[in-house]
Amino acid sequence: MTTDSLFRLSNLAEGATVTIDFEGQAMEVPEGISVAAALLACGARDFRSSVVGDQPRAPYCMMGVCFECLVEIDGVPARQSCLIPVRGGMCIKRQSGAPALDIEDEGEGHE
Amino acid sequence: MSNERLTVVGGGLVGSAIAYGAARRGISVRVLDQGDTAFRASRGNFGLIWVSSKGGGMMRYARWTRDAARLWPELHEELLALTGVDTGLQQTGGFWLGFSEKEVQARAELLEKIDKGAGGIPYRMMEPAELRQYLPGLGPAVVGGSFGAHDGQVNPLMLLRALHAGLKKRGAEIISGVDVVDVRHQADSGQFSILSRDGQRWSSDRLVLAAGLGIPALAEKVGLYAPVITTRGQVLITERLKPFLHYPTNKARQTREGSVQIGSTSEDVGFDDRTTTDKIEWLAHRAVATFPALKAARLVRAWGALRPLTLDGYPIYQRSESCPGAFVAICHSGVTLAAAHAFVIGPWMAGLTQPPPDFEVFRSDRFLDPNASFSHDH
Repeated sequence: MTTDSLFRLSNLAEGATVTIDFEGQAMEVPEGISVAAALLACGARDFRSSVVGDQPRAPYCMMGVCFECLVEIDGVPARQSCLIPVRGGMCIKRQSGAPALDIEDEGEGHE
Repeated sequence: MSNERLTVVGGGLVGSAIAYGAARRGISVRVLDQGDTAFRASRGNFGLIWVSSKGGGMMRYARWTRDAARLWPELHEELLALTGVDTGLQQTGGFWLGFSEKEVQARAELLEKIDKGAGGIPYRMMEPAELRQYLPGLGPAVVGGSFGAHDGQVNPLMLLRALHAGLKKRGAEIISGVDVVDVRHQADSGQFSILSRDGQRWSSDRLVLAAGLGIPALAEKVGLYAPVITTRGQVLITERLKPFLHYPTNKARQTREGSVQIGSTSEDVGFDDRTTTDKIEWLAHRAVATFPALKAARLVRAWGALRPLTLDGYPIYQRSESCPGAFVAICHSGVTLAAAHAFVIGPWMAGLTQPPPDFEVFRSDRFLDPNASFSHDH
């Protein structure tokens, strides 16, 4: 899932770090950076598969516009990883295609 | 074959479909398109092909809409083969969903009136249990609905792209970024002279005004009365989701790519195409009441768009008496009527065919009666 990173964090030696989990792999990353930046720095290249063509995707704009960096975070699907800061203990998974709604949920008040 | 040149002012869905219909019959066609700086209704369209409930006050319009929907597969296939652009046509039938017994009853009466009056527009009223067989996940707020077998959906952006690509393939000229400010009829030569804001001039044997909200000022210069009002429609778009909604409904539809489109408002606010928080909230509430699972979906966009409309909501299709060769086409339903505009209106306005039977009802004279008052369903 990860390989040699194309990116280098300039301040890696300084400051506190947190540990996150991506697809079962523990990663120690600087506190305060985005999930997308952290995953890229650790060598992740395949963040999700595209909805229509089922092709591998990775972050593109890194500023919340392109929706290429979607991942599942702590069980919530399709989150924009470039907009979310890392937190210790985060469990991150690849987003596979489009998220599915739970259509059996018929709403409150339905007996 | 005619060597006459036809100029269409307006390169949105209505103008492009009419122009395409003339070009495919061998006419030399020029389209003058203001471009995406215009109040481009084609870009804000909800994408429904909708027959059900149209024409309750004008049976000729109900039949026109019914026949237009029947022509759609031919247009889709032709554009796909010619251009490779897929309009995304899905004519599965569609559902209207009601939140009160009163509106369900009114719906049943309207659909019966239209089917009896126009013929060949069958419908089926359904209880919630039956609706859920087709629309799993329907919420308890929905108390009834109707199914129209002729209804469907397309991708309006791809339709516009397919028409433009088809026009080019048929040898038509599309000139973009043109703001037409004047049209004149030269009585001696019979030619039309067309002037743009930046000083460009064109000459043409025939002229079709299909510029939506830009029509009234141009129409009066060629002897046509063409009053237009607007409605604003606000629409919400969700993130792409796995397919769960397999039929279009009047409150939401899921695109083939997975986005759920939630719509739409109909507001009389003049030339203001902004979105507003209160309407976005209302649309979101209504969508979640219809399909409760949508509360977990994230919204990625909202937009507002202006659509042209006549005072009674029905189209104006008319030729000028004083300036032969000039025509006007105004309608609210550029998607539903696209194939009829291409296959029927285009050849008529190009001078190749007679107008369809009983088409006088679409003349704007109906708005000149000083004792008449008008309302529309939009």
